[in-house]
Amino acid sequence: MKTRVLLLMLLCVAIPVAGCEREERNTRPDPALGSSEQGVPVTTLAPGGERPSLSDTKAAEFENNAYHLSEGKRLFDWFNCSGCHANGGGGMGPALMDDKWIYGGSIESIHATIRDGRPNGMPSFRDRIPDDQIWELAAFVRALSGNASKAAAPSRNDDMMAHPSENRLPNATTLGKSP
Amino acid sequence: MTKAAGRIAGAVLLAFILSGCSGVQSALDPKGPAAGELARLIWFFTVLCTIIWVLVMGVVAGILLRRRQRRLHDPLRVDQDEERTISRVVISAVGATALVLVGLTLLSFFANRTLAGIGEDAVLTIRLTGHQWWWEVRYENAEPNRILTTANEIHIPAGEAVRLLLESDDVIHSFWVPSLHGKLDLVPGMVNTLTLRADRPGIYRGQCAEFCGAQHAHMATLVVAQPRAEFDAWYDEQLKSAVEPSSEEQRTGRDTFLNGPCVMCHRIQGTPAGAITGPDLTHVASRQTIAAGTLRFSRGNLAAWIADPQGIKPGSKMPVMDLDGDQLNAIVAYLESLK
Ligand code: HEC
Ligand code: HEC
Ligand SMILES: [Cu+2]
Repeated sequence: MKTRVLLLMLLCVAIPVAGCEREERNTRPDPALGSSEQGVPVTTLAPGGERPSLSDTKAAEFENNAYHLSEGKRLFDWFNCSGCHANGGGGMGPALMDDKWIYGGSIESIHATIRDGRPNGMPSFRDRIPDDQIWELAAFVRALSGNASKAAAPSRNDDMMAHPSENRLPNATTLGKSP
Repeated sequence: MTKAAGRIAGAVLLAFILSGCSGVQSALDPKGPAAGELARLIWFFTVLCTIIWVLVMGVVAGILLRRRQRRLHDPLRVDQDEERTISRVVISAVGATALVLVGLTLLSFFANRTLAGIGEDAVLTIRLTGHQWWWEVRYENAEPNRILTTANEIHIPAGEAVRLLLESDDVIHSFWVPSLHGKLDLVPGMVNTLTLRADRPGIYRGQCAEFCGAQHAHMATLVVAQPRAEFDAWYDEQLKSAVEPSSEEQRTGRDTFLNGPCVMCHRIQGTPAGAITGPDLTHVASRQTIAAGTLRFSRGNLAAWIADPQGIKPGSKMPVMDLDGDQLNAIVAYLESLK
């Protein structure tokens, strides 16, 4: 009887403790210096049949990490992406909430878009935004079209919201289509 | 332990604890009328409550230690005299409690009234905005070209009342300089007003007093109270644009700053750097600390901060950047010249 009570108490402590450290908050790039310099194709068309898709080692680390996504949301505002893309709805720059991607919707393509710019008016942020912050922005841009895990995407804003919070946004690719 | 050793240890402990009661950041060492009023209140409450506590404990001890009376009479018989004594004691204790409570409430009411009256002759309005994890300080002025923005260090003229408008950019913070005033929250979407007045020139330390995230503990501020003339000179100096670089290294530093990520977040008046999401660096070298009181201002600390802000203040909103040794030295040389 005594051991059973002891075990129960232990369980009561173990369950909440297991909830701690849901994910690592990595604020320091590793290695601290250097940035991703990998080329990203602008199209999936290529001669010679289908190729294995390129994937950056950083992509997985940033893509569904709640901390990086919320930092991306803050930087989207700080670096005035909203000035041209509104809150994702589009303005002088294209909408980022829909399922249309001019330059590809993978996190690697979006990273390349922000780093190198695009010819019809998207500025290049190379050397202006540290590489990890570009990855955070890219992960957040994907969340705008419902491409991030609901458990990780940012939730309710404190300000007036232009659209539902990112963890409630529908996935733009499947929206309005039956599966 | 011998008795003497115990006594010495007790005295050392007491001295240690009491030494915390004075200095640049202490509510018990008031340096302004608001803090003085509060300190009086603290002392009065503490002394009165201590006296009451001692009295109550004395009565309880008396009851516990009293020799039990041998009662020979029938327990069901009511002794009128004794009953009367008991009810007299209970009624007067309840009356005294009510009196003390009403008295303390009145005292705190009058203290509050005095505090509210302090700011009526405010000569200066400062908008203080809390950010995770630093303070933006903006001196309002009717002439737009005399509005001044700086960070983390609040200069005020000594002996004069200054009105602070408290706001927040992100989460709730709380502004508290214990030597000068009681704490007041900075709440997003709302403006709280506080009056600051330092009786004498001096430097008083303040600290964010509402948990606001990972680096809450490293969100300090300094209030520098100066004689009027000195304050005016400081103000005019701060309004000027940043000095031009005077050496080759400083020139390289400015160019590296303007070509790098720094311009995305910082402002240096007189250069194209105009971002306002980080602290204004126009006169960063005139300040005593770096990163909201985390480091003293020195060449070494400045280099350490720029090289690795996330090592010094993990989670802070300034990222680690890709700078080599020469670039770092040049930037530090330039920023160090921004007096
Ligand atoms: C000066 C206005 C401007 C700013 C500021 C700006 N963008 Fe753009 N952006 C554009 C324009 C215009 C395009 C379309 C470029 C093209 O079609 O070649 C674009 C394209 C993009 C695309 C590609 C969309 C697609 O369909 O492939 C992404 C992603 C993007 N921007 C993200 C961002 C982010 C993140 C920021 C902030 C760091 C930002 N932009 C800031 C104007 C801007
Ligand atoms: C993404 C935005 C961002 C970028 C980029 C950035 N900073 Fe900062 N910086 C901040 C923030 C936010 C703070 C306040 C940090 C704190 O105290 O928590 C800060 C603080 C500072 C401070 C201390 C100021 C003070 O008075 O306490 C200095 C100096 C500084 N930055 C220099 C630089 C330099 C040099 C660069 C470029 C190599 C740079 N910063 C790039 C956001 C940024
Ligand atoms: Cu705080």
